[in-house]
Amino acid sequence: MAFIELSGIEKSYSGHQVLKGIDLDVEKHQVVTLIGASGSGKSTLLRCINALETIDRGTVSVDGDVVSGPGVDLDRLRRKVGMVFQSFNLFPHMTVEENIAVGPIRLLGEDRGAALKRARELLERVNLAHRAGYYPDQLSGGQQQRVAIVRAIAMRPEALLLDEITSALDPELVAEVLNIVRDLARDGMTMILATHEMQFAREVSDVVVFLEQGKLLEKGPPAQIFGEPKEERTRAFLKQIIEAGRL
Amino acid sequence: MTSLSPAPRSRGLAVFATLLAIALLVAVAAVGESVRAGITTSPELSTFSIWVMAAGLALGAVTLWTAVSALRHSFRSAREEAAGEVLASRASAAQSRQQSFVTFGLAFAIVIAFALIQLVLINDGNIQRTFLRGDLMASSALDIARAFIVNIRLAFISGVIVLVFGLVLAIARMIPGKAGAPVRFLAVAYIDLMRAVPAIIVLYLIGFGLPLTNLPLLSGLNAEWFAIMALSLTYSAYVAEVYRSGIASIHPSQWAASRSLGFSYLQTLRFFILPQAMRLVIPPMLSTFIALQKDTSLVNVIGTLDAFNQAKFYASSTFNLSSVTVVAILFVIITIPQTRFVDWMLERGASRRKGA
Repeated sequence: MAFIELSGIEKSYSGHQVLKGIDLDVEKHQVVTLIGASGSGKSTLLRCINALETIDRGTVSVDGDVVSGPGVDLDRLRRKVGMVFQSFNLFPHMTVEENIAVGPIRLLGEDRGAALKRARELLERVNLAHRAGYYPDQLSGGQQQRVAIVRAIAMRPEALLLDEITSALDPELVAEVLNIVRDLARDGMTMILATHEMQFAREVSDVVVFLEQGKLLEKGPPAQIFGEPKEERTRAFLKQIIEAGRL
Repeated sequence: MTSLSPAPRSRGLAVFATLLAIALLVAVAAVGESVRAGITTSPELSTFSIWVMAAGLALGAVTLWTAVSALRHSFRSAREEAAGEVLASRASAAQSRQQSFVTFGLAFAIVIAFALIQLVLINDGNIQRTFLRGDLMASSALDIARAFIVNIRLAFISGVIVLVFGLVLAIARMIPGKAGAPVRFLAVAYIDLMRAVPAIIVLYLIGFGLPLTNLPLLSGLNAEWFAIMALSLTYSAYVAEVYRSGIASIHPSQWAASRSLGFSYLQTLRFFILPQAMRLVIPPMLSTFIALQKDTSLVNVIGTLDAFNQAKFYASSTFNLSSVTVVAILFVIITIPQTRFVDWMLERGASRRKGA
């Protein structure tokens, strides 16, 4: 049984159907990348997995437990499945280390001193130990996103959802964030990421999924999707990416 | 081949500024003298009007000096242009224009201030005698200041109640889900109702109505508590809306971030949304509190002896409003430090987050 199983996921916003029946299995320690044009449903799918959006039809199960539908302890689910956002979403009224430690302190019941110490250790790993006492406004976008990743990791999640985490960054700051994701993949973190960084997707993914207009059109190992895509639409999408110089 | 565009024009402005400054001096002298001549009953007032005139003339002289300076720079600009020094000419012209505008600004301020003071002195100082009689102000000040403590106490106690009850209302209004619907409805109904009814009517109904109801506990309270009740009920509705606007202006991505970490709705409010919202609502909250402070003077309708009521006793026994002016001054005195305090707090909060 796969760690995350999506079956028949459908989702509409006021009459407009964004997801039209998605099936997807993600094994433990797998890195799955969602690619596709803007509006193809990548972000919505991620937000449905940890129930930031409720789904209209279908089921989501995590670690063998169905987590969609009524009566689910969503707060517990979300502690298991962390999320990182395109716009970082750090808490501006807290310092970097407080941002990271607040979850472990309030939700996991960790001792304040120990949680802050661990926050600084995690920051060390992403070369941000010297920013522990800063406020998010004082950091560059790349630094903020690294803190956001650490904040998610600090909850010791079993899987991570990364929603276009480099899309809001200046080009020269992308690498520092991707390097962390690369490290996480190497450490065996289960991840689903939506991204426009095709080169990176190709390198880090076990499975690449191409979404178009709310449908899962094609999936496979990166070599196959990028090398010899079966679907005409996938080829057209990748051709546009290549013409834009992004692959 | 470069061609420099010429300096901006400055002469017209400078001439106009000079004429204006001269006109100002003449007007100050003429108006001041005619008002002074009208003061016959009070030698102190007459002396005061001479001082005001002198101050007006001195400031008028400063205005004239800046106008003349504008004129000088304008002439220099012309000389420099004739000598082919276009860049220098531009700088002088800019300086001249600057001085002209300073002249206009000064003249405007002097006219307004001088006119207001003359208004007080005009007609043999009638306005001054009606509103600003020093002897009556001094003799009533102590009693009024003592009664003003009642206003401060009303404002402070109501303020604390309002802060808490307003927050409860705001959160009740935002409770999510089907189960919360009746609570939301009640909160909205309360807020709509209490914002619609004038504070003075709430005060009147409670102050005169509750004692007649024979309700245990409630009907036995004294007038001050009725006032606190009325003000708290009314202002909680306003403050609830202030809180709500603050909460609503926190970006939804903050909710998403907190919920994605596993925080519940209420935890999200408490740890992330409210702390940020509080900072945003400080300025509108202060405005509401200043309004609340001022409305403590409404309690005179139910007979509480506050500063205004005390002043009215003095006013009716002396047939003069100077004691009421004292109340106005007291309100100004307690309000201004609060405004500055909030400015300072905002400044500090901003510089800390920006890491000054």
